[in-house]
Amino acid sequence: MAAQSKNAASVFPPPLVAGNHTFTSVTETVCGVVEKKPNVNWLLALMLSASIMAVLGGSVAYLFWEGTGIWGLNNPVGWGWAIVNFVFWVGIGHAGTLISAILFLFRQKWRTAINRFAEAMTIFAVICALVFPGIHVGRVWAAYWMLPLPNQMGMWPNFRSPLLWDVFAVSTYFTVSLIFWYVGLIPDLATLRDRAKGKIGYWAYGLFAVGWRGAASHWNNYERAYLLFAGLATPLVLSVHTIVSFDFAVSIIPGWHTTIFPPYFVAGAIFSGFAMVCTLAVPCRKLFGLEDFMTVRHIENMNKVILLTGTLVGYAYSTEFFIAWYSGSVYEGFAFVNRAFGPFAWAYWIMISCNVITPQFFWSKKIRTSMAWTFVMSIFVNIGMWFERFVIVATLHRDYTPSAWGYYTPTIFDISTFIGSFGLFFFLFILFLKFLPAIAIAEIKAVMPQADPHWEGYHKHEESTHG
Amino acid sequence: MAKSKIWGAVAQFENPAELVHGVEAIRGAGYTNIEAYSPFPIHGMEKVLGLSGSKVPWITLFGGLCGFSLGTWLQWWTGAVDYPVVIGGKPLFAIESSVPIMFELTVLLSAFGTLAGMMILNGLPRPHHPLDGYAPFRRVTDDKFFISIESDDPKFDALAAQAALEQAGGTNVALVEA
Repeated sequence: MAAQSKNAASVFPPPLVAGNHTFTSVTETVCGVVEKKPNVNWLLALMLSASIMAVLGGSVAYLFWEGTGIWGLNNPVGWGWAIVNFVFWVGIGHAGTLISAILFLFRQKWRTAINRFAEAMTIFAVICALVFPGIHVGRVWAAYWMLPLPNQMGMWPNFRSPLLWDVFAVSTYFTVSLIFWYVGLIPDLATLRDRAKGKIGYWAYGLFAVGWRGAASHWNNYERAYLLFAGLATPLVLSVHTIVSFDFAVSIIPGWHTTIFPPYFVAGAIFSGFAMVCTLAVPCRKLFGLEDFMTVRHIENMNKVILLTGTLVGYAYSTEFFIAWYSGSVYEGFAFVNRAFGPFAWAYWIMISCNVITPQFFWSKKIRTSMAWTFVMSIFVNIGMWFERFVIVATLHRDYTPSAWGYYTPTIFDISTFIGSFGLFFFLFILFLKFLPAIAIAEIKAVMPQADPHWEGYHKHEESTHG
Repeated sequence: MAKSKIWGAVAQFENPAELVHGVEAIRGAGYTNIEAYSPFPIHGMEKVLGLSGSKVPWITLFGGLCGFSLGTWLQWWTGAVDYPVVIGGKPLFAIESSVPIMFELTVLLSAFGTLAGMMILNGLPRPHHPLDGYAPFRRVTDDKFFISIESDDPKFDALAAQAALEQAGGTNVALVEA
């Protein structure tokens, strides 16, 4: 008997919404989180993240006062933690778009429970990412030179530089992600507006709900627009990390000038992003009682993506090594041997153990369905992916002539700026959890069995009334 | 207040199956200016209501073409016409190095077009709507479903429309003032 039910479970995937939910109970559960008075733990978490964010503010203020000399940058290593952190945060953002756009196009209905959450993570991660190129320019008052704005010098940005492509790619990515997220929120904002008890809530949610009232003709345009956004965001997200990788790959530096960079960066971005979704989802589903919507199946599916992309990343590491040898280029070969056995070997092996070995644990069903394991593994992946970018940037420390070689050590301000960016990220995320529905209410209702007009429950009811 | 104008008749339904049957019944009775409301999109509703395909994709395409042209023109004009500077021996304008920004601006303006298209075609933002005065309608974003027949329907008659809605299985039938 037990064996039979186990078999049945493996043939039919468990339902997308667990528990015995009705449309109203979905509304109640998700809106309840928003409408309840904030509890002490939430306030403490908000204050803690605000204090860490203050560290970012202080570090940036001192940077503006004193200049980039406060960082550990030096002559061979002209790019330091600022670009490492930038690529790290942009990469994390990619999982949100993958979940909201690519899984939507593939009709993966399980995405509905986590897409709102993951898209919010995307937006906040990209905000953190945008801080770094914004502040690392040295002369911050000239940061607007990155944009093609008419100015008194009559000059324009250099459109032939990958760094400018990056400005366009990341700002487009941020704008489109924000629009996509907002359009997804409109029906749920209308739900909050219609449930609002106070005047402020009614006006605030009502303003952003733009008068949505669920008309069928509106849903018709809305669903088409949503599909188009998914279709636009899919090539966009792949292009963003491709262009980020061009920052490195287009320059003629051993260890950077490789054609594998775009696909390898994209795989790494998805890998790190899914890990971050797990890091956030595992505690949140528990704290806010959302286990019926973010089920074990969701976490398991994400762990499968982590396993796949982690293996791809591991494959890319070995390909890089092989090509470095096969190319016959001494500088290229040296760059890789130096990565693995040179002064930064410690960073290289942290990267390999976190990114290549950690995800392999997810071959075991027991581990990938365990919340504790998932959380720990996701932290390891986050660490490993930060080190991957560090390893790439630190390649600069030994290039062509040994007389120009050096070493790179971060200063306290590199570290405080990076840690502070987590404060910014969590501050925004904690506010989001309290003021906006963390789960797409309308989308969840649409994947429940009752949403189908031909659901057997209605059929039975009809027969009994007519008969 | 002087004689107020009637906007239409409205009724409440309990689930998607009732809503679909209700729309079929009312369309069967010969009404054309009708609308269904639901907390989530109902699969197949556009066919039952006889809606034509959405025109949003055309506005998206228009946005995309604008973005592509802007991206191409911006890079060519700034780099090769307005202030030509040779950098690293590269050509002043080349398709290859211009592709990333052409692509990004195409996507960006397509997204603006999609958002604007969805909003304009739906007549949003709309701060006030006659149905806001109809109390049961507050649950349209929760778990209730509604059908309205608007008064500019050629067949509209206040009493007959209400009777038709009731016959189609609607409850809380009411007339709504404009």
